[in-house]
Amino acid sequence: MAGHDVLKIEDLSISFRTEGTLRSAIRNASLTLRSGEILGLVGESGSGKTILSLAAMGLLPPNAMVTGGRVMFEGTDLLRAGASALRRLRGKRISMIFQDPMASLDPIFTCGDQIVEAILLHEKLGRRGATARALALLEKVRMPDPPRIMGSYPHELSGGQCQRVMIAMAVACNPDVIIADEPTTALDVTVQKQVLTLLRELNAEIGAAVLLITHDLGVIHEVADRVAVIYHGDMMEEARTAQIFSAPKSAYTRALIASMPSMSPPRTRLPVIERDAKGEIVSVVKPSATVRAAPAVTGGATLLELRGLTKTYTLQATPLSAGREVRAVDDVSLAIPARSTLGLVGESGCGKSTLSRLVMRLIEPDSGDILIEGQNLAGLDVAAMRQARRDMALVFQNPYGSLNPRETVRDLIAAPVDIHRGGKDRDAIVARLLDAVGLPKEAAGKYPHEFSGGQRQRIVIARALALQPRLVICDEAVSALDVSVQAQVLNLLHDLQAEFDLTYLFISHDMSVVRHVSDSIAVMQKGRIVESGPAEEVFERPRNPYTRTLLDAVPQVGTMQPAAAEA
Amino acid sequence: MRLSGLLRRPLVLASLCVIFGIVVVAMIGPWIAPWDPLALDQNNVNQGSSSAHLLGTDEFGRDILSRLLVGIRPTVVVALVSTTIAALLGTALGIVGGYGNRTVGFFIMRGVDIMLSFPAILLALLAVGFWQSGVLSLSIVIGIIFIPQFARVAQSATLQVLGQEFVEAEHAMGARYTRVIFRAILPNILAPLVVQATLTIAAAILLESGLSFLGLGIVPPEPSWGQMIGTARGYMSQNPMYVVWPSLCLAMTVLAVNILGDALRDHLDPRLRNA
Repeated sequence: MAGHDVLKIEDLSISFRTEGTLRSAIRNASLTLRSGEILGLVGESGSGKTILSLAAMGLLPPNAMVTGGRVMFEGTDLLRAGASALRRLRGKRISMIFQDPMASLDPIFTCGDQIVEAILLHEKLGRRGATARALALLEKVRMPDPPRIMGSYPHELSGGQCQRVMIAMAVACNPDVIIADEPTTALDVTVQKQVLTLLRELNAEIGAAVLLITHDLGVIHEVADRVAVIYHGDMMEEARTAQIFSAPKSAYTRALIASMPSMSPPRTRLPVIERDAKGEIVSVVKPSATVRAAPAVTGGATLLELRGLTKTYTLQATPLSAGREVRAVDDVSLAIPARSTLGLVGESGCGKSTLSRLVMRLIEPDSGDILIEGQNLAGLDVAAMRQARRDMALVFQNPYGSLNPRETVRDLIAAPVDIHRGGKDRDAIVARLLDAVGLPKEAAGKYPHEFSGGQRQRIVIARALALQPRLVICDEAVSALDVSVQAQVLNLLHDLQAEFDLTYLFISHDMSVVRHVSDSIAVMQKGRIVESGPAEEVFERPRNPYTRTLLDAVPQVGTMQPAAAEA
Repeated sequence: MRLSGLLRRPLVLASLCVIFGIVVVAMIGPWIAPWDPLALDQNNVNQGSSSAHLLGTDEFGRDILSRLLVGIRPTVVVALVSTTIAALLGTALGIVGGYGNRTVGFFIMRGVDIMLSFPAILLALLAVGFWQSGVLSLSIVIGIIFIPQFARVAQSATLQVLGQEFVEAEHAMGARYTRVIFRAILPNILAPLVVQATLTIAAAILLESGLSFLGLGIVPPEPSWGQMIGTARGYMSQNPMYVVWPSLCLAMTVLAVNILGDALRDHLDPRLRNA
């Protein structure tokens, strides 16, 4: 399988110029791409993996400075090649697939035009020949009805279909190197599986060297032949995929694999990545600060019960056309026992976010009951509903969007206290909450933009707990975070559940996260709950075919481990 | 809020000085003017700079420097009062148009559209024609004319802010509408409004000048900058510097206001403050 070396990154160091000083981004990185092989590059945000891939394309931003090393492709150093030489290589010999397929296709041209354009740029073909080639390519990436896709605009296609068009463009000129930067991060699991399989098979066919950049170890495990791990600009190790997962050499790789939710038994604390006294990276499971018995799951009183909740939207293509009814949430009934966690899983567009808004009546339901400890929220008037929201809190997916950028952390966390108690004891409450979510006291005077994503999510969680709510709805609360940060936040949620007697409605598309945190599971598809039950039962013995499809699509890392050897 | 950061930027400091100077002169102008701005001198018409008349004289032999100093007051008052009126009412209408009841919002924004479709100078002509001219009525008329611009900016900014999750977070916490408006919406739409305000101050000065130029603003012989530019236009061949001085004053003022507006916008945003 291993072919000849195509692209060699040798001893590359890159720094960024910022205000007169040089900040090192990558130090002495070496990588070799071989034909017919997929090399996975794993790292968390800020690790320098994207900079490395841009360097391989000769696309470094103007403030980046190469301080050493070279990128060799067929005897030329891409870092020192002229603009016209690079232009001849890009697209034809080296092509790229980006993270967000919707954003990387031009919205005002049809997909067909864009593929044809990519072919004509580098090949001496007539327009007719190029069109025929484009049709063949769409066939190859297994698009249904290629002639129709040729005439479609990107917004008329789904994310997965757009990514296939991008892949078709990338392989249009039979390139020697394909660089794929997080190609499936924006896609659902089932679509991700299809796209990865496609990439794998196409690569076997055209024999290109693929550099697959991702933060998701599961994806790497699924398709990569070799893996390189990068951490804070340093290459930690490079090895064959099987070896990385069974016998990782570097401490960071070990710690990274250990912090994945699927590697630990459900409902336990996850190991986090830390540096010990000597500055070495270690993976540690720290006991929670407050030791309390795990909440009793069975036999607990029901905290939240949904009965026949329904929400219908009317979609109109134009103001004059007849409306089309879409059932976003269709006759949903659920019950969550107090102090337990219900995991709600489903793919994008299945209505799970709408459901979370319906529970808090941020969106008005058409029909159905929302019972919290016997009180029906569906019948409350505006003022009573406002009061009822004291007992519920929402943690959003995007910690960047859910904090008002104009307020200090103190004002943000104290907001519920200001609203419901006229700001009584706000400073004391803020201090206690900052402590509970593990942020320093000085954080109170700062603004949200001064914090990292994981820290911001802690601020959001602190705000959610300000009034000691009974129910916390987490809408994709850890989806935007890196694996190691995700582990910290999941641990925090786990501890807080015991400390504050919380009940969670945990919404996510990530099966392994849901499996880790949930006592019971509900699977949602097209607005309906298709299966629900205790977590173990749903995951071990799924009854519904859709649940099975979802579970099969999840990239499995655990299969290497004795803990999940039965799979 | 620390303003020291603002003062460290030389351009901002210079604009602040210019604006401070203008406000001071607007207050004490009549007392520091070397000549009576209305005194005619038929022997010295359209003179260039001299030791007696630093900036020369106009077509009636009046001292241009004195007329500029005295003419600041109506200009400044009209600009500030009209911009305040436009900013307050326009922003309120814009927020209601974006955040409020959909029917009410629809009527507000269509009303704004209708007003926007008339040329500003035409509206001003109509209003001033029916009403007496004077500083106060001019301010009110110009203020009302600039309401739609503020309403448009405020509404589109509000819609943008409403799409963000922190507004939903406020609702989820049970916040009242007033809290959402004053804590979540208003601070986040301030940046475009500050820019709009500086543009409006400049536009108000220009509109006042235009109306005075047409003889509908400040009534001659009382001086105002716009009126002076208008008159000076006819004497460009006899005394070319006559049109330069009031134009220069007007341009300096507008520039200073715009620079200050930009700096304020950056300063008001905590994300840009330390950048």
